[in-house]
Amino acid sequence: MNSALDTAGPQAAAIGQLWWLMLWLCAAVFAAVMVFVGAAVWRRRRASVARTERRLGLAVGAGIVLSSLLLCGLLAASVMTDRTLSRLPLEGALQVRVIAHQWWWEVEYEDAQPARIFRTANELFVPVGRPVVVTLEADDVIHSFWVPSLHGKKDLIPGRTSTLEFRADQPGRYIGRCAEYCGLQHAFMAYDVVALAPDRYEQWAAHQRQPASDPQEATALRGRELFLTGSCMLCHAVQGTSAAGRHAPDLTHFATRAHIGAGRIANTREALAQWIEDPQRLKPGVNMPTHHLPADDLAALVAYLETLR
Amino acid sequence: MSSACRSAAAALLLAVALPGCEREARRFDRMPTPPDERAQADALGARPAGPPGRGMRERAAAGDYREDNAYLLSQGKMYYRWFNCVGCHAQGGGGSGPALSDASWAYGHSPGDIFTTIMDGRPNGMPSFRGRIPEEQAWEIAAYVRSLSGLAPGDAATNRGDVLSGGQPEYLREPLRPQDKPK
Repeated sequence: MNSALDTAGPQAAAIGQLWWLMLWLCAAVFAAVMVFVGAAVWRRRRASVARTERRLGLAVGAGIVLSSLLLCGLLAASVMTDRTLSRLPLEGALQVRVIAHQWWWEVEYEDAQPARIFRTANELFVPVGRPVVVTLEADDVIHSFWVPSLHGKKDLIPGRTSTLEFRADQPGRYIGRCAEYCGLQHAFMAYDVVALAPDRYEQWAAHQRQPASDPQEATALRGRELFLTGSCMLCHAVQGTSAAGRHAPDLTHFATRAHIGAGRIANTREALAQWIEDPQRLKPGVNMPTHHLPADDLAALVAYLETLR
Repeated sequence: MSSACRSAAAALLLAVALPGCEREARRFDRMPTPPDERAQADALGARPAGPPGRGMRERAAAGDYREDNAYLLSQGKMYYRWFNCVGCHAQGGGGSGPALSDASWAYGHSPGDIFTTIMDGRPNGMPSFRGRIPEEQAWEIAAYVRSLSGLAPGDAATNRGDVLSGGQPEYLREPLRPQDKPK
């Protein structure tokens, strides 16, 4: 589900239609041009120059008029599509703030009650059939938000706030990408838009609002101790603990996420250990530093992070 | 222009351009010094500083500390903000903590001294960040702190800030003659 033609929402469908219209129209024009070129090559030079000149003038005139009409038609179609995109009804829309960082996505689910606001990273969960208003911001350089199956691209520019509205009509997991070169790890700045049935979305959101539960097992408890007394908490937050850093992904429900490092690697126990120990090997240039941890400390940290369901 | 003259010009241009490579070089394959190896703070050739810092001799011997690299300095600037140095020292002008952009240094101006200050803290206010800020990042912050008073080379120091701050950007600052307070 990574193609802009594999659509899952009304806006992507409108963009898809425009794409097909342009493809067929341009294909027809190309075929017509080829036919005329072929005919010109096949026909021999006429004796009467005056007659040819007159017919040539007619043909060129007709070509100009027809081309202009077709181009105007395409312009009109593209303006109409643009209007359709901005006419998505927004009653009861879900409000989400997306902040792009080098090289990950921070997602904040807004609410009128501050206590109900929560943050995740690199995953945007939305209810099926309900419009979503995404407020776009950038922390460092220009990025671009693009989920081909749902909408077109929109840039996130530092110091500016813009919005993008979309609606997913079919449940599923849609791949999103950063679509504006933003530095060394631009290629690994992916995210997923996950569309869930409305009741399942509410369930998910209610769970995300919960603070992290206390680990039960001794290793995991030691892992939490390390997390809170070491360098992790300078940048990461885990709700319900003293870790409140905002420079790196919120890890409150880290274990529910599919990937580590914005789509770099699947979230498994082994991958997590590798990532904590040497993120620079998996994603060179990432702002998370390499850690020289004793093996048992690393195992304890992994055990703790795995409890963050 | 003769061909000899042209090749001489090309060689000169190359020679001038080559040092620029190091300015931008980024190395991500470094493993930080293991935390259990302790060494003396004066390993960098500075005057003897307070308590020993971790792994400093190894770093100095490996020639790993640099302040002539634009990437490391800009990372230092970012971490300076992230780890809230700004909270007390502001953008270098000082607040509840001393100014870092002037010539006066209570605990020494060498990279090793600054590293020790960050890692071990200093009396009357400066907390210890040992175990919090990884060594790699502490060295980058130390280099950035030196650039605040023009002690890092101007061709590597940062130029554009993401936040409002007074005065010249770091790369334009005249190096101030450091005045270390006597012990």
